Amino acid sequence: MNEFESLSATQSHPYPDSRGRYGTYGGKYIPETLMTALDELEAAYRAAQKDAAFHETLARYQADYIGRPTPLYLAQRLTDHLGGAKVYFKREDLAHTGAHKINNALGQALLAQRMGKSRVIAETGAGQHGVATATAAALLGMDCDIYMGVEDMERQKLNVFRMRLLGARVIPVASGTQTLKDAINEGLRDWVTNVRHTHYLMGTVQGPHPFPLICRDFQRIIGQETRRQILEKEGRLPDVLLACVGGGSNSIGLFFDFLSENRIRMIGVEAGGLGIDSGKHAARFFGGKLGTLHGSMSYVLQDENGQIRGTHSVSAGLDYPSVGPEHAYLHETGRIEYTYATDQQALDAFQLTSKLEGIIPALESAHAVAHACELVPKLPKDNIVVINMSGRGDKDVQQAARFILREEEQP
Amino acid sequence: MNRIQERFQRLATSSTPAFIPYITAGDPTLDATAQLILELERVGADIIELGVPFSDPVADGVVNQEAAQRALQHNVSLHDVVAMVKNVRRRCQVPLVLFTYFNPVLAYGLEQFAEEAAAAGVDGVLCVDLPPEESQEYKRLLDARGIATIFLISPTSTNARIELIARHCSGFVYYVSRTGVTGERREVEQTVRAMVQRIKQHTDTPVAVGFGISTPDQAAEVAGYADGVIVGSAIVRLIGEIGNNPGWVPKVGKFVQSLVDATKTKGASCRT
Repeated sequence: MNEFESLSATQSHPYPDSRGRYGTYGGKYIPETLMTALDELEAAYRAAQKDAAFHETLARYQADYIGRPTPLYLAQRLTDHLGGAKVYFKREDLAHTGAHKINNALGQALLAQRMGKSRVIAETGAGQHGVATATAAALLGMDCDIYMGVEDMERQKLNVFRMRLLGARVIPVASGTQTLKDAINEGLRDWVTNVRHTHYLMGTVQGPHPFPLICRDFQRIIGQETRRQILEKEGRLPDVLLACVGGGSNSIGLFFDFLSENRIRMIGVEAGGLGIDSGKHAARFFGGKLGTLHGSMSYVLQDENGQIRGTHSVSAGLDYPSVGPEHAYLHETGRIEYTYATDQQALDAFQLTSKLEGIIPALESAHAVAHACELVPKLPKDNIVVINMSGRGDKDVQQAARFILREEEQP
Repeated sequence: MNRIQERFQRLATSSTPAFIPYITAGDPTLDATAQLILELERVGADIIELGVPFSDPVADGVVNQEAAQRALQHNVSLHDVVAMVKNVRRRCQVPLVLFTYFNPVLAYGLEQFAEEAAAAGVDGVLCVDLPPEESQEYKRLLDARGIATIFLISPTSTNARIELIARHCSGFVYYVSRTGVTGERREVEQTVRAMVQRIKQHTDTPVAVGFGISTPDQAAEVAGYADGVIVGSAIVRLIGEIGNNPGWVPKVGKFVQSLVDATKTKGASCRT
């Protein structure tokens, strides 16, 4: 039994259940036209899971194309600076295309190809999932359309260019708040229209079942490698795992294989934006309530009438009003702790990591580092903290410069 | 008996299909929607679908999205729509169906919604993103109060799903005539007739067809084989264009009248 097929649900965490639910959360809240496609996707995925050839192909691409395993790096200067626990980075920023998103994009594109779909579509916020999808589509010779909010296209120009260079069409979404949520709306409208030959390549552990399951499974490799690597380096498992949570794919990818290790603390860091009191944030566990959006029941930022609220974050990849249903479940059970970092804290961590480690983190990942800056100094020196460096920050330099320069201009 | 069932039974005696217009509640205002309901009843609408505005309408095309946005600009909520129905119900007996996304219903509270919608005189509810699999509690609460639960069947639905959905439908079954979002199309897909016949093998509940029907000719064509014809975006677009002009309500009424006439006369003649 290889690692990948070992278990898509563990005994202590038998989710999703047969209805695609994680306790109260998850399910399929989607127009009827897509229900058959979701059933077909689940059947194809279950068949692929049992197919050794599929695993071989995926493993070959993971090694030779994505560049896995990604390193587990001891951030010595950051460790010294914070003066507490030892800090490691899981270097998903070194994966091909610069973020963890490729793990899922390539896996799903292979699945789509297996299903005989000639076209993939996807939403993107920060552009990383769009780039990853465009890359997988180029590799496998598939047509690719990416939906992206106009506001996000503005703050992630570099990634827009990369997607076009890779042969994808980037379709601007000017409706609603012009960000990730609206890009998903348009992606779903496309899928409902072209479902017969198109696969919707959902970029995170959100959406109707089986997307949260499939994406989680393709991202689990992050935690599986981390376990092996930390045992090699330290001879023991870490004490704390930290990751940012937008939809929640990089965090569940790191956390999942440690869920049954009750001694290990796991902390997901949401986007605190301008602060919770300002209302301008994307911290679903700090102001959201039970709702359904984009096919799944979860925590949703919404008004008292059930209209979805606009969100804010300096990081486009975290700027989303709902969160993967498995996170909602793990929040409820308390197995994962959730907190948030503000725009300012993330920008500070962005600069600190760049200066101390020579690693420019994605603004998303900088939220996880920001929380580490609070937490690590309070932990004993013999503790080990692993932060998922989910993406690199080259894409963010223009956006960050705008904020950082503004700050420096102030007296 | 529920007003929807009553209406279909009455129509069945003369083999006449139902005409079902869709309008977005609160576009341009809720008062206007109330006036429009009376006008649509007057020109012969058999059932009226009221779209509940939602911020993220993934099943809707641009026309209905924009209508929802216009309504949301003055914060029209599901509570407001239910209150408007209560008000207009004193002046009309036309069956009213709420066409909504699930999140506003969930935020309302399922039980409270069922209670208040029934008291207001709502006759049916269609949650476009709630398949039967997720509808257990919702259906139980609406059934208990005599509100019809309408679900969608689509061109991609398998026989097993048609059977499942038909079993959950009361009032009527809504057949989505093509894959895609709401909106106008030049032609009705050729597969619709066969699909309606397939659905009828699974259920005695009337089958109404919507999505993409926008002209009297298309309405007449569908009326030849379906129990009901639903037109939305073409009416909503007209309201968007003239909804601020004086005397616009009768103009919308006149357009709907042309659809009603096409459905009734040509529909009935096609069937014989």
